[in-house]
Amino acid sequence: MPMPNNTTAASTRKQKGAGAKSTKAASRKKDEEEGVEMVDGLDEAPVKPKDQLELSEAELKEEITRILTANNPFAPQNIVRYSFKERSYKSTSVVDQMAVHFVLEGNLLHQDSDEARRLRAKEGLFEETTVVDAEAEPEEEEPETPATPVEDGGDMEETGEDDRPDSVASKTDKKEPKLTNQFNFSERASQTLNNSLRDRCCQTEPPPRVTFSDTANQWKTYDMYEMETEKQEKNKDKQNATPKKENDNSKKKMMLIETQSDTITKVLKPAKILERMCNQNICDDIAQDFKYFEDVSDEFRDQKGTLLPLWKFHYEKAKLSVTALCWNKKYQDLFAVGMGSYDFSKQGHGMLVFYSLKNSAFPEYIYPTSSGILCLDIHELHSHLVAVGFYDGCVAVYNLKEEGQEPVYKSTAKTGKHTDPVWQVQWQNDDMDNNHNFYSVSSDGRVVSWTLVKNELVFTDIIRLSLNGAVSEGPEAVHEPIVVGGTSFDFHKHIDYLFLVGTEVGQIYKCSKAYSTQFLETYEAHSMAVDAVKWNHFHPKVFISCSSDWTIKIWDHTINSPMFTFDLNSAVGDFAWSPYSSTVFAAVTTDRTVHVFDLSVNKDQALCQQTVVSKKKTKLTHIDFNPVYPIIIVGDDQSCVTSLKLSPNLRRTPKGKKRQELPKGPETEVAKMEQLLRLLREPDPTTV
Amino acid sequence: MAEVEETLRRIQSQKGVQGIVIVNSEGIPIKTTLDNSSTVQYAGLIHQLVMKARSTVRDIDPQNDLTFLRIRSKKNEIMIAPDKDYFLIVIQNPSD
Repeated sequence: MPMPNNTTAASTRKQKGAGAKSTKAASRKKDEEEGVEMVDGLDEAPVKPKDQLELSEAELKEEITRILTANNPFAPQNIVRYSFKERSYKSTSVVDQMAVHFVLEGNLLHQDSDEARRLRAKEGLFEETTVVDAEAEPEEEEPETPATPVEDGGDMEETGEDDRPDSVASKTDKKEPKLTNQFNFSERASQTLNNSLRDRCCQTEPPPRVTFSDTANQWKTYDMYEMETEKQEKNKDKQNATPKKENDNSKKKMMLIETQSDTITKVLKPAKILERMCNQNICDDIAQDFKYFEDVSDEFRDQKGTLLPLWKFHYEKAKLSVTALCWNKKYQDLFAVGMGSYDFSKQGHGMLVFYSLKNSAFPEYIYPTSSGILCLDIHELHSHLVAVGFYDGCVAVYNLKEEGQEPVYKSTAKTGKHTDPVWQVQWQNDDMDNNHNFYSVSSDGRVVSWTLVKNELVFTDIIRLSLNGAVSEGPEAVHEPIVVGGTSFDFHKHIDYLFLVGTEVGQIYKCSKAYSTQFLETYEAHSMAVDAVKWNHFHPKVFISCSSDWTIKIWDHTINSPMFTFDLNSAVGDFAWSPYSSTVFAAVTTDRTVHVFDLSVNKDQALCQQTVVSKKKTKLTHIDFNPVYPIIIVGDDQSCVTSLKLSPNLRRTPKGKKRQELPKGPETEVAKMEQLLRLLREPDPTTV
Repeated sequence: MAEVEETLRRIQSQKGVQGIVIVNSEGIPIKTTLDNSSTVQYAGLIHQLVMKARSTVRDIDPQNDLTFLRIRSKKNEIMIAPDKDYFLIVIQNPSD
């Protein structure tokens, strides 16, 4: 460019300025002007291009200010960044204003870096060849060898390796660490011998396994606790009773035997239950009658009653007659039957059999005896003790809880057994030593008291029966007293020492336990043997006697003659007071009839006279009322026991005035009887 | 032992009794008067029923225990008397 134009151009350029803010069009214009000026340089008017911006004169003279800044015009001015902290877009205030115009990468190395050192080492090799040292020059052609022998002194090692300058440098300076990079490495590997593998295993037998499953219930826990307490108690007992080794041995033997026969004997109880259930099914209607049937037609029968036959208990193996009947007071469905024979000529064995109403097919307990049984009694409190009197004069006590068939106690000739058949036995209250005792009466004229002392029966004669009253010493003792056999007796329910004895000749003696020689009173009762005499359950003064002379007589023990007499047209075998009423009693006769009387209803006639057995030759021998249920059992001489239900008419309770039911109790019964007696005494002192 | 045998014989001779089965606590029949298939069937089915009945009674009151169970159907009656280790089944046709 020509020099003089430069200055003017420079001034205009100054006007423009580097990076000045002006419109492009304006700058272009100046350029054009400048260009024109430069081209022409001859004071000619500037030539306007065709697309030049047309401005007015004023606008042309306008002074436009331009500011020179250091800002990069191409840098963005409004960069916005998202700020996570404020969760919005924020404009960055500071923007990079650097404008890069030219970049040239250099290849300088720091003199102390590894690369530099290596390079220098390399170059040092060539430098030594061209080094100022003239002395070294000729030697440089064989530089390696003299250099190294200075250090090593071994020619053969150096054979122009590249390592030599390195080694020189390294030895001169320091030992350099080996530099590893991805281009300068070597991989080394070596294969070792693999040991051969051997597999060893052994298999054992799996332990035996049993699958067990159970449910843990509340009742199983309860059972376990019960077992534990039992065990503890047993241990305590064993500790207490250690000095009994003999018993232990016998127990062990017993245990062995038990375990052998355990399997089937355990089924005994369920078998018994099932037998009863089967019986109940078979005799279902009888059981229903027993429980629920009440004969409604009694209302139309005008105070007469009937007996409804229920179960029949028949033990075929015994061809004996029923000689004794007794209900168990504690288990009111259990009753005892004694079997023997009344026939003097045919005396054989006997049997003691227990039946339950729940099983009419088979007895619960069976005890065969050597001699016929004539009487029996069950203890009121200890209902497992049964006293039995035999035809041969013995008395025995059976314990139902014991396993054997033999009686627990038996009287023998030495221990005072009777010489004649024992007609009645009866338990008494325990004596002062708390021993059980019972009384027996026999045809040998003795009333004997037996006491169960440990393992023995101890007897005491209470009284001897004789015709003329008491046995008395003195001048009248010339004539020997005629011993009279006793056939029945009964103890007063409330007065302990008072009892009645009926004899073979028909007399009844009122005796006391205290006086062994004298009778309190004698009643001329019957013409034949007194079969039974019984106190009334409620009224303290009344008793009944029955005899084979076909009569039943009711007495007040203060009066010597009977209050009532009933003629039954046939020999009376037995009778019984009812437990629920003081005026009701029943009797059996040999013509198979049961007579039931209620004195408060009908003083002269029986309320019910019914034949209960079918075969014409059977004789009814005994009767007894159940203490709770309204049934009676009747025994006959074909070893059959029939149970009958009493119809409502026979079970009347006394009704007070205005048809109100009087409260049941002994007092009312006593009052009822008393009323009767009064009636008798006033209008008719005696009835025959 | 003889007593049990005699009792079972008596039951068998009662009117209407069709069969007796004695089953042990695991449900295996020990003694029976029925044929094999019926026995096995009765034993298995009734065993479950007895377990259920007994557990019901005892759950309500652990001091209580099942005495017997009676199932009356149109044709017959099944009576079961359970024990600690055994139970006895009697099938009877009630007298009609």
